[in-house]
Amino acid sequence: MINLQLPVTEDQIRTLKIGDEVSLTGTIVTGRDAAHVWMIDEKPDEVRDLLTGTVIYHCGPVVSKKDGEWIFVAAGPTTSIREEPYQGDVMKEYGLRAVMGKGGMGEKTLAALKEHGGVYLHAVGGAATIQAQSVKKVLDVIKLEEFGVPEAMWVIEVEDFRAVVTMDSHGNSIHKTIKEKSTQIAEKLIHS
Amino acid sequence: MSFQLDTNRLRDAVVELIRMASTQLPEDVIQAMATGRDREDEGSPAKSVLNFMLRNAEEAKKNSTPICQDTGTNIHYITIPVGVSMRAVQQTIIEATRIATEKAYLRPNAVDSVTGKNTGDNTGEMAPYFHFEEWDEPAIKIQLALKGGGSENVSAQYKLPDNRLNAGRNLEGVYKCIIDTVNSAQGLGCAPGVIGIGIGGDRASGMLIAKKQLFRLMTDTNSDEKLAELETRLYDDLNTLGIGPMGFGGKTTVLGVKVGAAHRLPASFFVSIAYMCWADRRHTMTFTETEVTYD
Repeated sequence: MINLQLPVTEDQIRTLKIGDEVSLTGTIVTGRDAAHVWMIDEKPDEVRDLLTGTVIYHCGPVVSKKDGEWIFVAAGPTTSIREEPYQGDVMKEYGLRAVMGKGGMGEKTLAALKEHGGVYLHAVGGAATIQAQSVKKVLDVIKLEEFGVPEAMWVIEVEDFRAVVTMDSHGNSIHKTIKEKSTQIAEKLIHS
Repeated sequence: MSFQLDTNRLRDAVVELIRMASTQLPEDVIQAMATGRDREDEGSPAKSVLNFMLRNAEEAKKNSTPICQDTGTNIHYITIPVGVSMRAVQQTIIEATRIATEKAYLRPNAVDSVTGKNTGDNTGEMAPYFHFEEWDEPAIKIQLALKGGGSENVSAQYKLPDNRLNAGRNLEGVYKCIIDTVNSAQGLGCAPGVIGIGIGGDRASGMLIAKKQLFRLMTDTNSDEKLAELETRLYDDLNTLGIGPMGFGGKTTVLGVKVGAAHRLPASFFVSIAYMCWADRRHTMTFTETEVTYD
């Protein structure tokens, strides 16, 4: 297990390789489709300091409000590939060091990870209870009115949030290699 | 003697059924995951991911919170005694679904396909989904599955023959379709999955049979010898694909394979595949005039 205290530097990120298990502690920000389109179209400055050196998490949480404070009830990852057209550019524009979600991403993001120095972190799908427990505090929420709860950008403080590096800054992707290998085996089973 | 239906009692019982389905992973699924975990290599991501999933299942049960934030489509397979009103049972379950959503056992998941508006309470056209049968027992049996969107998106249907797969109209052809589906899904259906398969029927009934297989225990054996053989072969071969939990690689790509069959038209041969995520949330309730039991 590699402990990553956020924010991280480019050098730290470049030491990570696919298959590494990481534990995140610090401030991260959620963002899905609406947030990515906003960051590409308007390049808002208000999120710049929040995103530099940290992680954007593809997550549409279930939240509740208790005594005026937001609480994360369930906070698993959503499918990342929807952000493929935007992710690499958002990463470079805002100095993100990691993208977290599920299912992995494509060639454009992989190239951006290599060029800029970043990793893709895969969180376990369907493990929403534990992931919500790792969210210790909701620090802020951006664009809540306009984007709605799942699509808003939640600024959260996490402690020991677990994920696996499945795409690294050296051009490697677990998703690519696993698919190549499994397809070879599948072809053999199908055509033998 | 006809069955006297107390709808208030049934409503409360169904709310509890929904709570159990959303927050408690069935024991046989937990066992199948533990078996997978035990055969994964020490120190591999596969082993630690399976442990994480099992720990999440424990925490969700303890805290009565959803195992996954995508609480999915509510699919009901209902068996009623002769004379009980289907409409009354359906209305009662709809009411229970609204209550369960308010209690946050379910995320609001019913979106109007035309306007894009979420109804906010999990009810709407075909939501939740019902399938009714009748039997001679003096009890209402409700089987409920919560099937998440990720796993539904990688489910598939084939029409045999299939030239790309060189798959003919026989069990060998069916086998090829399943290998293709699971390989195409990779980790996206939240592997390790449970694979429900319907051979034959029309496009709708075939998928119905596939989804119904998801209620079978991981440990059961198909009463049809040929289908039993196909299930074992598929389970073994799919687990050689190396996709593993969440697609990180490993020996556990599927937890179970269950096959059912229906008669078909001479002109059609469909293979319907319902991919269920590892969070295989399903429970069964038996409701009599005097008591309620859950599996």
